[in-house]
Amino acid sequence: MIYKVISKTEFRKFIDAIVKHNNAYGPQQVDTGSGGKPIYQFMPVKSSDEIDFDYSVTHSSAKHFFLPFRDELSRFNFEDGNWEQEVRYEAPPRILIGLRPCDISAINMLDEVMLNGPYPSPYYLARRKNTFIIGMDHLPLPDCFCKSMNRHTVNHGFNLFCSDIGDKYYLSINSSKAYSFLKEFIIEEPSYEDNCLLIERRKTIKQSFETNIEVTGLPVFLDIEFDSPIWQKWGDKCLSCGSCAMVCPTCYCYSVEERFDVDLKGSSRQNHLYSCNLVDFAQVAGGHNFRPRKGDRLKYRYYHHYRGFAANDNQQICVGCNRCGRACLADINPKDVINDLRLERESCMICVLPSPDKT
Amino acid sequence: MHDMRFTLPGQDLNREPFALKSPDFKKKCEVMITDRGYKCRITNTVPISSQEKLFLLRIVDPVERQLFNFRPGQFLMLEVPGYGEIPLSISSDNSNHEFVEICIRKAGHVTSAMFEARQGAIVSIRGPFGTSFPMEAMEGCNVLLVAGGLGIAPVRAPLFWISNHRDKFKNVYLLYGAKEPSHLLFSYQFEEWQKVSDIRLMTIVEKPDESWKGRTGLITALFNEFSFDSKKTFAIVCGPPVMFKFVCNYLDGKGIPMNRMFVSLERRMHCGMGKCCRCMVGSTFTCLDGPVFDYWSVMNLKEAI
Repeated sequence: MIYKVISKTEFRKFIDAIVKHNNAYGPQQVDTGSGGKPIYQFMPVKSSDEIDFDYSVTHSSAKHFFLPFRDELSRFNFEDGNWEQEVRYEAPPRILIGLRPCDISAINMLDEVMLNGPYPSPYYLARRKNTFIIGMDHLPLPDCFCKSMNRHTVNHGFNLFCSDIGDKYYLSINSSKAYSFLKEFIIEEPSYEDNCLLIERRKTIKQSFETNIEVTGLPVFLDIEFDSPIWQKWGDKCLSCGSCAMVCPTCYCYSVEERFDVDLKGSSRQNHLYSCNLVDFAQVAGGHNFRPRKGDRLKYRYYHHYRGFAANDNQQICVGCNRCGRACLADINPKDVINDLRLERESCMICVLPSPDKT
Repeated sequence: MHDMRFTLPGQDLNREPFALKSPDFKKKCEVMITDRGYKCRITNTVPISSQEKLFLLRIVDPVERQLFNFRPGQFLMLEVPGYGEIPLSISSDNSNHEFVEICIRKAGHVTSAMFEARQGAIVSIRGPFGTSFPMEAMEGCNVLLVAGGLGIAPVRAPLFWISNHRDKFKNVYLLYGAKEPSHLLFSYQFEEWQKVSDIRLMTIVEKPDESWKGRTGLITALFNEFSFDSKKTFAIVCGPPVMFKFVCNYLDGKGIPMNRMFVSLERRMHCGMGKCCRCMVGSTFTCLDGPVFDYWSVMNLKEAI
């Protein structure tokens, strides 16, 4: 990694240059939500003026650039009772600007799942190889808890990372592509003051987190609490709509379906992102549902995120962005669920302790 | 003017060598063209009951035919183009490289399409996937095969293996239970198994009809009819989930070690490769760590049975 500093005006020139000749996506305000809060999304951009560099957080995550909601896996072309299968990996080069550290961590997590398993996904690989990522740090929102998940900083998985230090950006350059672009602009070696400012910035970010979740020992804890009534309680609130999985930067469960073309001359196999909260997630042919209750399905989402499955080395895949909490219509958020679970456990422990004599 | 200096170079995966050759699903941890199946022809269909049919598939391409070899207990993903893809256990002899036999019950969208398919129709298979029964470890021991209903389909693969290597195994028992006498599948092979392969076959049905002369009751009733040396016995149990609990508990009580009892689980699968998470059971995937689990792991997995 090479460290450089660049002034903000020069940085805009750099963004303008690369945005002009490539497919670029950056955060833009698309609407105003309830309470007058702006809603940001990653949108196609053509100049640096269209990008809100000081955005808070986007509504949906950057995973859709790698795992699109609907993706064609293969095509079948029918001819005289026979067919030919065609598999294409469509991944035009593109640039993502302004990803937050938690978003980049989430992509690293997806890399682990999609590229390191027994069967690496070529669809994901093609997109990952052809995406140029420019990260930016930010001050956390009141409900972010990425510090608890240790995802508030990131040191790999991006091409360029910019830390805001007053009127300059402190750049961490992590790829030769990024460096070859940048060397056409005025970049300087970081001075002692710049380094101090960076450390100060990191400290400010670390101290601005208002929400903390105690995650030590959570995997074991979840195993013990498998039959806890807490799941039923939160499950009763859940609407089984799947919004949480749609906005989550690390939810990758999908479903595969096939459909004929309208002219019946071909068909395509598509995968589309799914949610473990949807009712037919574990339903098999013949109608048996392995997870018919809402509580069971909600529990599985929490297990996947905070305990982890074999495919991702039992790692916790949650990055703590709290998008699911913001998107949930029933007001379920990870902080409350986990705290509730912990509280339940602690009250259990009190029950086990010998009670004091009645006086 | 187009400024090439700031254009991002792209990498086209379609031109990589892996994208041009047939996938070999036995090689794990290698980038391959995961969604290309092996083209195969339905050479024959055998109706074996009112709801089930046995399909004989032959992979069209000779190179791919050599790539596809499996072990008993593994499964494949069968795709009927345009209809969808389903996981199916392979119920054929694994030494037979020419044909793949699968037993299908008409239950959903894809299986209905298969039932409509004519002889000579072309479908696609991917696989083999998943774990298998440790047949080598069972050598020199008694083998107890317990099948309930359609569970005979996955049991048929180890049965073929045992028949091919009969001298390496001691006593082999096949306990087979079904709801009704007409639901007993592969009854045309019963005599062959008993006489040629020297397998002690016992059948039982829950609801007998007038013509049924055999035993009546649940499958656990069959265990009272013979005795075996539990220290030198392996068990393979396939069937509906409710059966596992009763059979395995019973065998556990008889003294068969938990790591010598194998069950084959079923879950909804969409990819077969540990990516879609639809088949997660406890904290593992049925497609990668299963479908064959020993009873000890099943006991430790949450919500497995």
